[in-house]
Amino acid sequence: MNEHLSRGNQRMADRAETLLGLADDELVIGWRDSEWTGIAPMLEEDVAFSSIAQNEIGHARAVYELLADDADALAFDRSPSEYRCAPLVQLHLLDWAHTIARRWLYEVADEIRIAALRDELPVAAKIDREEVYHRLHAEMWHERLRDEPRFHDAAVELWPYALGVVLPEQRAELSTRVRLDEVEAVERGIHDEAFAALHEEMTMVRRSAPAGAQW
Amino acid sequence: MGDEQAFLEYVQGGGQVEATDWMPDEYRAKLIKFIEMHGNSELMGVLPEREWILRAPTLQRKLALTAKVQDEVGHAQLIYRVVEDLGKPRERCLADLVDGKAKFHNVFHYPTRTWGDVGVIAWLVDAAAIISQKALLKCSYAPYARIMKKICWEESFHILHGRDVILAMVTGTPEQFELVQEALNRWWGPLMQFHGNPIPKDEDPMYVWRIKSQGNEEARQQFLEGYVPQIWELGLAVPDPSLRRSDDGTWEYTEPDWNELKHVVTGHGPKTEERLAFRRRFLEQEQWVHDAVLAA
Amino acid sequence: MIWEVFRRERKGQAFEHAGSLVAPDAEFAEAWAREQYGRRGESVGLWLVPRDAIRDVEDWSDEFDLKYRRVDGYSIKARLKEARERASQPREPAHG
Repeated sequence: MNEHLSRGNQRMADRAETLLGLADDELVIGWRDSEWTGIAPMLEEDVAFSSIAQNEIGHARAVYELLADDADALAFDRSPSEYRCAPLVQLHLLDWAHTIARRWLYEVADEIRIAALRDELPVAAKIDREEVYHRLHAEMWHERLRDEPRFHDAAVELWPYALGVVLPEQRAELSTRVRLDEVEAVERGIHDEAFAALHEEMTMVRRSAPAGAQW
Repeated sequence: MGDEQAFLEYVQGGGQVEATDWMPDEYRAKLIKFIEMHGNSELMGVLPEREWILRAPTLQRKLALTAKVQDEVGHAQLIYRVVEDLGKPRERCLADLVDGKAKFHNVFHYPTRTWGDVGVIAWLVDAAAIISQKALLKCSYAPYARIMKKICWEESFHILHGRDVILAMVTGTPEQFELVQEALNRWWGPLMQFHGNPIPKDEDPMYVWRIKSQGNEEARQQFLEGYVPQIWELGLAVPDPSLRRSDDGTWEYTEPDWNELKHVVTGHGPKTEERLAFRRRFLEQEQWVHDAVLAA
Repeated sequence: MIWEVFRRERKGQAFEHAGSLVAPDAEFAEAWAREQYGRRGESVGLWLVPRDAIRDVEDWSDEFDLKYRRVDGYSIKARLKEARERASQPREPAHG
C-alpha cells in the first residue's frame, strides 16, 4: 500500500515539475520576446510578435494557476535556482536572426512537448489552439529566411539548447522535424548570470513593496 | 484643378480630402509634417515605457502594459502608411527621425524613473494625447481622420489601465502613494506644455487648413477640466500653487516654460539623444531583415 | 506590396475598408493583419487585397442633367399645395 502511495506521489511530483518547466519556459520566452515590443525590424511584425509574447505569458499564467493559488507569487517570488525553465529561453538574444531562430525552434519543440502532455494538462488543448498561429508565424519566417546565412547559423548555434526543451525520448522527433542532426543537449538545470540579471530586473518593482502588496 | 482659395474655402466649410484628390502643395507639406510628427511620437513613446514591461510587478500588469505599447506601435504603422500615401516613404521618415531632423512630442524626451511614472503616463499623458486625437477625428484629410477612430478606441483602454495602476498604488502602501505623487511632480511641467503654446486658432496654419480642429489652449483647458478634479479627488497634489478654476470655468495656472518646450522638441531633451541612438542602432542592425523580407 | 484590409466587425455586417499594410506576400499580410485588426476581437473576418488588384472608379459625367434620376429632380411642393386646396372645394364634374 505504501509503495503505491509513494509511487503515486512521485508521479504527481514529476508531473508538477514538468508543468512548472512548461510554465517557466512560457513565462521566460514571453518575457524575452516582449523585449522586442517597439524595436522589431518592421512595425507590422512588431505588433504580431508582441501578441505572441503576450500569449506565451498567458499560457504561463494558466499553468501556474493549476499549480498554485497565487500565480503571481509562483511566477515572481522564487529564487533564480528554483525556476525550471530550459536554457534556450533564458538566453538574452539581442538580434533578430537569433530571436526568430529561437522562436522557430521553440515552437517545434513546444508542439512535441504539449502533445505528450495532452492527457495531464487540462489547458493543453486551449494552449495548442493559440500555438497554431505561433507555428504559422514561425514557419513563415523560417521559409523566408532559410537561405539567409545569419538565420541558419543562429539556428545551428541554438540547436543544442532547443534539444534541452524536450525530454530525451522526444529529441529524435525534434531532430526529424527541424532537419538537424541530434547533438548533445544543453539540459535544464542551468541558471547563469544572464538569468540572474533577468530575474533581478523582472522582480525589482515587485520587491520594492512588502509581499502581498497590491499593484 | 489648382485653386488654392477654393480649396481653403472647401476645407473650412467642412469638406473632406482623400489621398487621390488634388491639394495645394502647402497643405500637403503641412499635413505630412504634422502626421509624421504624430507617427514619430508613437514610435518614440514606446521607449520610455518598454523598460517597465520587463519590470511589471504582476502578470496582469505585464500583459496590460505590453498591450498598451503594442497599440502604440500599431498606431505608428497606421500613421506612417497615411504619410506614405501622401508621398513620403516610411524609410525616409525613420531616417529623418533618427538623424534628428524630425520632431516628436515633448513628453517622450523625458526619463521614466519608477513604476509611478508608468501609471502617470498611461493615465495623464495618454489623456492629454486623446484630447488632441479626438479633435483630429474632424481632420479635413479623411484618411488621417479615419485612422484616428481606431487610435482613439485603443487609447481608451490605456487610460483605463493607467487609472487602475494609479488607484492600486494610491490605495496601497504610503510608499506607493509617494511614488505616484513624485512621478506627478515630475510630469506636470511637460504635461502642461504638451498641447503647445497658446497661439490664436486663426494664426495656426494647422487650424486654418482644418488639419487641427481645436486650438492649443482649448485642448489644454479640456485636459485641466477633465483631469485636475480626478487628480485632486485621489488626494494627490498638483505641483502648481497657482492652479485654480476661475468662476467662468477657465483654469488659471502658472505659465508653462515655453523655452523648455522649444528646447526639448528641437532635440535637446534629457533623453533625446540616447533614445534616438537606440532606435538608430536597431534600425541599422536589422536592415538586413528589411532587405530579406520586403525585397520582392 | 501594399495590401488593403477590409474587415467585418460582426456577422451580418458588410466588409468595410479598415486600412492598409505593407507585406511581401499573402502569408505575411495575413499574419500581420490578424494582429493589427483582430487582436482585441474586433473583427470576425478580414479581406486582404493587393492595392494593385483594386480597380478605382472615381468620376462620373451627367452632361445633360438627367434630374429624374435624383431626388432633387422632382419638385412636388407647389402642385401638392394646389391639389390640397382644390380637394377642399367642391369638384367640377367631368364632362363625359
